[in-house]
Amino acid sequence: MNIYLPNSAFIGNIDPFLKNIDFSNKEKLEITANESWIAVHPVVLSMVAALGLPVKPENIICETLTAKSAHYLQRMGLFKFLGVKSGISVEEHESAGRFIPLTQIKNSEELSHFIKEIIPLLHLQPAQVDPIRYVVSELVRNVIEHSGSKDGAIVSAQYYKKSNRIAIGIVDTGVGIKKTINKSHNAFTNMEAIRLALIPGITGTTKKEGGTEYNAGAGLFFIKTIAKVNHDFFMIYSGDALYKLLKSGSDKLFADPFRDKHSKSEKLPIWDGTVVGVDISLDETKEFSELLDLIRGVYSKTVKERRKARYKKPKFV
Amino acid sequence: MKNIKLFERVGSFAENKDIARDIRIKEIIPAIESGKRVVLDFSNIDAATQSFVHALISDLIRKYGNDILDKIDFKSCNKNVQKIIMIVSDYMQEGT
Repeated sequence: MNIYLPNSAFIGNIDPFLKNIDFSNKEKLEITANESWIAVHPVVLSMVAALGLPVKPENIICETLTAKSAHYLQRMGLFKFLGVKSGISVEEHESAGRFIPLTQIKNSEELSHFIKEIIPLLHLQPAQVDPIRYVVSELVRNVIEHSGSKDGAIVSAQYYKKSNRIAIGIVDTGVGIKKTINKSHNAFTNMEAIRLALIPGITGTTKKEGGTEYNAGAGLFFIKTIAKVNHDFFMIYSGDALYKLLKSGSDKLFADPFRDKHSKSEKLPIWDGTVVGVDISLDETKEFSELLDLIRGVYSKTVKERRKARYKKPKFV
Repeated sequence: MKNIKLFERVGSFAENKDIARDIRIKEIIPAIESGKRVVLDFSNIDAATQSFVHALISDLIRKYGNDILDKIDFKSCNKNVQKIIMIVSDYMQEGT
């Protein structure tokens, strides 16, 4: 496998980075990077860490990074995570900033610990914490319950002072969305599976409206909504498909993610598993209670429409 | 009456679905089946996820019908927790 870390890869411009990943030869990972500058979203680091985790450290080749900003990778714990030496030393006086380094979460207890002990490292106001712990909890639980990955979820986050936003990356190398959704539905493509997974009330665990006693199929819809109403980016990459919710000025919620302002890419290098990246602007964070009102309205309407669609029509002869 | 204090089990952020399912199976259902009212006490809980609330109550609505909500009191819920509970109870009742 070969990954090139470019000078910039955030959700808005992540497509070229994804297109250039070479997933061949899973036993070996080579990491190269832009020589002058590396500025990447935490989701990129979570991806690199997830790919490198099953690779023996001696089979990971990381070129000596010359970019001034390469210490960021060190601080986020990438080299420690991969078990390789970076050759970079972080200067003592350098501010650590507000970030959550790469963390592996494999079960419910580790998730609860992460939410309780690690998220506070971001030093946010209580109102700002609500959407973040919500996003992390729902996404990581999805990984634990559905991905089938023995490595669990790889999580990292970064606070950007200039734009006053939190960027979160949650990645797994499990079975992917299509396989999970197709346990109960018929998605022919990875993109169609992503679409179904984002529609409220659709879960891979059952065809029944309301889900099972344990799964409702609402988690990803909630997260997309948090990003949508705060005019933030959100991305899901699974198999060969990438869905990106783009920033829009509209607060109008749709159950169908294809009706939101978005971009779609297919035929990308195949990611075995699921990658989710989300940005949450702290300036614009809408009151969580307002967001819940919006969700309630759209959710109810969607369920009613689906129920109506299943009505049998009387036959008049 | 069966009073279940959730904070003691899940802390201030109610997100652990496994605990929610345990509470439903081991405490709520036996209490309901023995004819008791159930009080789900959300005191000191400042947030809950939809997944947690779904694991806690959705199967009650599916098994016992909408009237089960007459036998459960949701105590000391803040505004957001109330809204999450409303979302779950809405979609469970509308979808059945």
